[in-house]
Amino acid sequence: MSAPAAPVNDLDRSSLREVLIGSERPSRAGRTAASLAFAWRALLKIKHVPDQLSDAIIFPIMFTLLFTYLFGGAVSGSPADYLQYFLPGVVVLAVALTSMYTGITLNQDMAKGTFDRFRSLPVWRPSVLVGSMLGDVVRYAVASAVPVLLGLLLGFRPEGGLVGVLLALLFLQLFTFSLAWVWTLFGVMMRTPTAVQGATFPLQFILVFGSNILVDPSTMPSWLEPVVSANPVSHAATVVRGLMHGSATPGELVSGFAACAVLILLFAPPTMYFYNRKQR
Amino acid sequence: MTSDSGPAIEAVDLVKGFGSRRAVDGLNMNVPRGVVYGLLGPNGAGKTTTVRLLSTLARPDSGTARVLGHDVVAEADSVRSRVSLTGQSTTVDEELTGRENLVLAALLRGFRRGAARRRADQLVEAFDLADAADRLLRTYSGGEKRRIDIAASIVTTPDLLFLDEPTTGLDPRSRSQVWDIVRAMVEAGTTVLLTTQNLEEADRLAHFIALIDGGRVVAKGTPAEIKEAAGEATLRLGLRDPLRREDAEALLARHFGVDSTWDPGTGRLSVPISEPDRAALAITELSRAGVEVSEFTADQPSLDEAFLAMTGHRTTTVGSEEEEALR
Repeated sequence: MSAPAAPVNDLDRSSLREVLIGSERPSRAGRTAASLAFAWRALLKIKHVPDQLSDAIIFPIMFTLLFTYLFGGAVSGSPADYLQYFLPGVVVLAVALTSMYTGITLNQDMAKGTFDRFRSLPVWRPSVLVGSMLGDVVRYAVASAVPVLLGLLLGFRPEGGLVGVLLALLFLQLFTFSLAWVWTLFGVMMRTPTAVQGATFPLQFILVFGSNILVDPSTMPSWLEPVVSANPVSHAATVVRGLMHGSATPGELVSGFAACAVLILLFAPPTMYFYNRKQR
Repeated sequence: MTSDSGPAIEAVDLVKGFGSRRAVDGLNMNVPRGVVYGLLGPNGAGKTTTVRLLSTLARPDSGTARVLGHDVVAEADSVRSRVSLTGQSTTVDEELTGRENLVLAALLRGFRRGAARRRADQLVEAFDLADAADRLLRTYSGGEKRRIDIAASIVTTPDLLFLDEPTTGLDPRSRSQVWDIVRAMVEAGTTVLLTTQNLEEADRLAHFIALIDGGRVVAKGTPAEIKEAAGEATLRLGLRDPLRREDAEALLARHFGVDSTWDPGTGRLSVPISEPDRAALAITELSRAGVEVSEFTADQPSLDEAFLAMTGHRTTTVGSEEEEALR
């Protein structure tokens, strides 16, 4: 329960005064410094509360095993063949699902007094958001490394080699950072973390499963195919697949980066708008 | 540094509403530099909202406020770099250690990493938190948490510190530690705006007090003026032998320099006292003179009585302002 009552001592007035008068006043923290400070905070939280990483480990394992063995035979003839197609997709799936927590944590944070302090500081406003999203890089790295390693064990053979896989993971970091702005928008707009979860879950479901992650869109009905192909998650999955197998075309890469740009342009400005308005 | 003269805070007709209710309703105040200014009022009086407006966390619906010479809306960033806020709810991170919280606060105030660590070490020492510094904050006692909270707001010594009910819920020892910190801040040249519900706290710490109620300042003055208006503390005595009344009256008059009054209804003598510790002395002297005291009480006027005396009405508590302010 609560901590044992600590002995309460009288404070030493002269050392108090010294600490107050002797303080330097550095010039204000720059944008990068402030963002990095907030990123450090996010990393410390992962360090002190490591269970928030467990989702990033368990879900990717579940999805990889589930889809490979349950659907693999039906979709591609054999689990081994399906793995070649599906594994790059499950990496995207795992990371996309993890990115939702960015919005939920943000919302939890905003409900606390902590954010009041941050907002009363003379730092670049978006640094709070950017910093915590930078801290999420660790979470995303874990969530994407797990299915890759598991896939290699199960027989996934990326034709792009190590370089291809690393490039794919790097691109995925960028994509997830872009996608996370969608969830942060919900995070700043809604009242409670539960409401955020309730609102983002269906959307996430549609984005992730209504994509080319699991199956080739050319097998879909003609009305659905263009919808699925327009999904930014599909573009990202195509790039990740292409990089891992060494077959990415310039056109695919351009679409992939364009999808990231569109997500940021569409969702970052309203997020900042609501974030700034929240304090008024 | 610009405009180092002039008041620390100048608020004119500030208004801030939440929905249909006006939490701050035409508030005027003028806080000189280098003092502790007490904002005294009951729950829901508008204290927290006032602090949020002045610390740029909320934007007034109308009216203006200048803090250290800067407009809180137009020059919010200039205000932010020179003030600090310790809010009513904890503003430090529960999932970090105390030391990490201080390092983070220092980094955000522009310290480089090494300097931030050294600054955190200094603060930990001065605030008597060496034993707790490397534990997660959620294991802290209320007093420790409050001290870390204040330490985090004075990483760079602010020109103006907002302390929103800094001692609510603290035990007496922890409270006196917070008082020590406030006094040291003022000695270091910081102006402190302190909100409190506690008349004694305002009396002990503040150079000036504003009574706030229904979102506006209803009275202001020095603690002495406020207390005088509120009525001084009163010592009431019952005598074992009523026939010794005149002896007792004479002695009390000598001791306190004012006449006591006799209430035939209760059979008690009452005398106003400005220094409560002299009451005990008076009782001792009475018994030394052979006048036995059968019972006595000494009461400070309460916040409610102060309100009644200064404004002619009791405090009008409305719904929880803090809740709404957080929306």
